[in-house]
Amino acid sequence: MSVMQANLVKTTAPAQRLSGGRMLMIGAAVVIAVAMLPLVLSTYQIGLATEILIFGILAMSIDILAGFAGRTSLGHGAIFGTSTYVVVYTVSVVGLSPALGLLLGVLAATGVAAIFALLAVRTSGVYFLLLTLALGMIVWGICLRWTPVTGGENGLRGDVRSGILLEPRIFFWMVLAIVAVLSFAIWRFVRSPFGLTLRGIRDSESRMRSLGYNVPLHLFIGFLVSGFFAGIAGGIYAFFNNFVSPSTVALTQSVEGLLMMIVGGVGTLFGSFVGATAIIILENIVSSYTERWQSVLGLAFIVVMIFAPEGIVGKVRAFLDRGRKSKA
Amino acid sequence: MDRRAFLQTSSLSLAAIGVGLSPWSRSAAQGAPIKIGLMAPLTGVVASGGREMVEGTQFFLEQNKNQIAGRKVELIIEDDGSNPDVSLQKARRLVEQSNVHFLIGDLLANTGLAVSNYVKGTGTPYFIPIIAVDDLTQRQRIKNVIRVAGYSASAFTHPLGDWALKQGYKRFVTISQDYSFGHEQCGGFVQTFTEGGGEIVQQFWHPLNTSDFSPYLGQIADMKVDAVFAMETGADATRFIRQYADFGLKRKFPLIGAMNTTDQAVIRTLGAECEGIISPAHFAEGSDNPVTQKFVKEYNEKYKKMPSLYGFSMYSGIMWIAQALEKIGGKVEDRDAFIDSVMKTELTNSPLGKSVKLDSYGNPIYDVYIRKVVKGPGGKFWNVPTETYPSVSQFWKYDPETYLKQPTYSRDFQGIKKKG
Repeated sequence: MSVMQANLVKTTAPAQRLSGGRMLMIGAAVVIAVAMLPLVLSTYQIGLATEILIFGILAMSIDILAGFAGRTSLGHGAIFGTSTYVVVYTVSVVGLSPALGLLLGVLAATGVAAIFALLAVRTSGVYFLLLTLALGMIVWGICLRWTPVTGGENGLRGDVRSGILLEPRIFFWMVLAIVAVLSFAIWRFVRSPFGLTLRGIRDSESRMRSLGYNVPLHLFIGFLVSGFFAGIAGGIYAFFNNFVSPSTVALTQSVEGLLMMIVGGVGTLFGSFVGATAIIILENIVSSYTERWQSVLGLAFIVVMIFAPEGIVGKVRAFLDRGRKSKA
Repeated sequence: MDRRAFLQTSSLSLAAIGVGLSPWSRSAAQGAPIKIGLMAPLTGVVASGGREMVEGTQFFLEQNKNQIAGRKVELIIEDDGSNPDVSLQKARRLVEQSNVHFLIGDLLANTGLAVSNYVKGTGTPYFIPIIAVDDLTQRQRIKNVIRVAGYSASAFTHPLGDWALKQGYKRFVTISQDYSFGHEQCGGFVQTFTEGGGEIVQQFWHPLNTSDFSPYLGQIADMKVDAVFAMETGADATRFIRQYADFGLKRKFPLIGAMNTTDQAVIRTLGAECEGIISPAHFAEGSDNPVTQKFVKEYNEKYKKMPSLYGFSMYSGIMWIAQALEKIGGKVEDRDAFIDSVMKTELTNSPLGKSVKLDSYGNPIYDVYIRKVVKGPGGKFWNVPTETYPSVSQFWKYDPETYLKQPTYSRDFQGIKKKG
C-alpha cells in the first residue's frame, strides 16, 4: 500500500513540488494582492474580476475530474446553471432569503451531479464526454421548455443581490473570500488520500481495481464533489447577474468552462483562474473592436494548443523546471 | 508559482484595459459629445437583423451630421451575441466603463429583459425599438425603459382579429413559434377573434428554427378552416411561406401573418409565393405616403435594399430621442428631464409620415395598417396598406387596468373566450 502511494505521488510530482506550507503562504499573498484590486479598478472592471473568480471556480471544478480523474465533462455548465436557476427561482418567485436560496441551489446542483455521476462513472474517454454532453443538453432542454417554472427562452429575473452586496467592491470581496476558501478546499481535496485514488484511477483503472478499490464509487464521489463546487459557482453567478436564462445551462457554458481550464493548464488547478482571466478579458476587449471576435478567440485557442498544449500554467512550470535542471 | 503567474497576467491585462479606456471616462460636461450605447446582435442566430439595426441607427446619425441638439454624438456599438448573458455584460461595459448617457437596441426578448433588469438598478435610460415583450410596457413596467418607435407584441394582432371577423372568416388555425413573442402575437389575434365569435380550430406551436413544416402543413390541409394565421420570424418565416406554397395551401386558405412574417427582411428573399399575404403593422414600405416613400428611396440608395422593420425602427427610435433632446437643449445628463421629455415628445417627420405619441406606459400609439404583399415597381415584393385602424392602443379597446389583470399571453393563456 505504501509503495503504491509513493508511486502515485511520484507520477503526479508537479502538483506536489512545493511544500504545503509554502503553497499556503503564496496563496495567502495572492489573495491579499487580489483583494487590493478593487482599490484601483473601475466598477466595470471589478465586475469583470468578480466574473473571473466565479468562472475560475467552475473551471477548477471541471479540473477535479479532468485533471485528476481523467474524465473530461461537458455537463458542468448544466450543473452550474441548475444552481443559478434554483437560486433565482427560490429568491424571486418563491421569496426565500438569498442565503437559503444559495443553499438550495447548491443542493440541487449536487443532486443533478449525482444523477450525472450515476449514469456516467462507468464510462471513460469519449463516451464519458458524450454522455455528460447529452445529460447537459437534457437540463438545457428542460430549462428551455418548462416555461411556467423556468420562464422558457426569456429566463427568470429577480433581485437576488440586495442590501450591502449591491456595492461592487463589497460583493467582490465576498466572492473572493468564498473563492479563496473553495480553492483551498479543492486543493486539499485533490491532495488528500482520496484525491490520490482518483489520480490512481486516471493512471490505471485496472490497477486500482485489482488493488481492491471500488473504482465507480470513487469516481461517483469525485463527480459529486466536483458538482458541489460547480454549484456554488453557479449560485454566486445568480447573485452576480440577478438573471438566468437557458444560455446559462447551455453547452457553450460547459465548453467555456472547459476551455478556461485547458488554456490555464489541465491538472494545474490554479491554472483555471489564469484561463478564466485570459478568456474573459480577451472576449471583452476583442468584441468591442470587431464583430469577428469569435474568430479571434478561436485563433488564440489554436495558438495556445500548438505552442502550449499543457496550458499557460503548465508551460510556465515547464520553463521553471528547465531552469532549475540547468542550474543543477 | 501558478498563483503568482495568475496575479501577473491578470493585473497586467486589467491595467491594459484601464489605460486603454480611461481617457474617455468622466467627461460629461456640456459641449462634450452625447454618448449612445447601441447594442445589437452582430453574431448569433439573429445577426442579419442586428446588422440592419446598426444601419438604421447610423443612417439617421449620418443624415444629421452626427449631431443631436447641437451636440456631437459618439455612437458606441456593442455586439450582444444574441445571448442574454453577453448582452448583460455589454450593458455593464457601456454604462460603467464607457459612461454612455443612454442605451438603445437589442433584438431578442431575452436580451432585452436581461438588460432591463440591469438598468432598473442603475437608472440608465434604455430604449427598445425592437424588443416587443408586452410586459415591459405593461405588467412589469420600468420607468426608464421606453419603447420608442417599437411596438408591444400583441398590439397589432388585436386589430387583426377584428379585421378577420369583418372579412367573414369564422374558423382559423394558428401556427406560431413557441416562445413568448409568438405566444403574445398569436394571443392578441386569438383573443379579439374569439371574443367576436370566431373559432380557433387548433393551435400549433413549433420550436424556433424548424426546417420542415410538413407535419403541420399536412394536418392543416385537411382542416375545415377559412384561413390560417402564421406567426413566424426570420428564416422560419422564409421556410414556412415557401413550404406553404409548395403544399398547395396558398390556393386553398388565405394566409394571414403577424407583422414579422412578411417583414421586408423575409420577403426580399422570396418570389411569388409571398404574394397576397396579409399582416398588420405600423410601417408599410409600400405606403404611398410621400414621407415614407422618400425614406424608402433614400434607404434603398444607401444600402441597396428596402428598409426592414429593424432598419426602420432604429432609425425612427433614435429620431424620437433626438427630438426629445432638442426640446431640453441636449441636456442628456439630466435623466429625469430626459425621460420626461421622451415620454412627452410627439414624434414628427418619421418615415411613418404621421405623428406618433407614447401612452403613459411608454408604448407608442400607432395607426395600424392591414397590409398586403404585392409586387411593387421594379418587380420587388413589398407590403402595401389596404386598411387603417387609427390610434390603436396596446390595450386595444379594453380598459388598461382590466386588461392588465388578465395573465400575460402564453401557451396556456391565449385569451380564448369560453363558450357560455
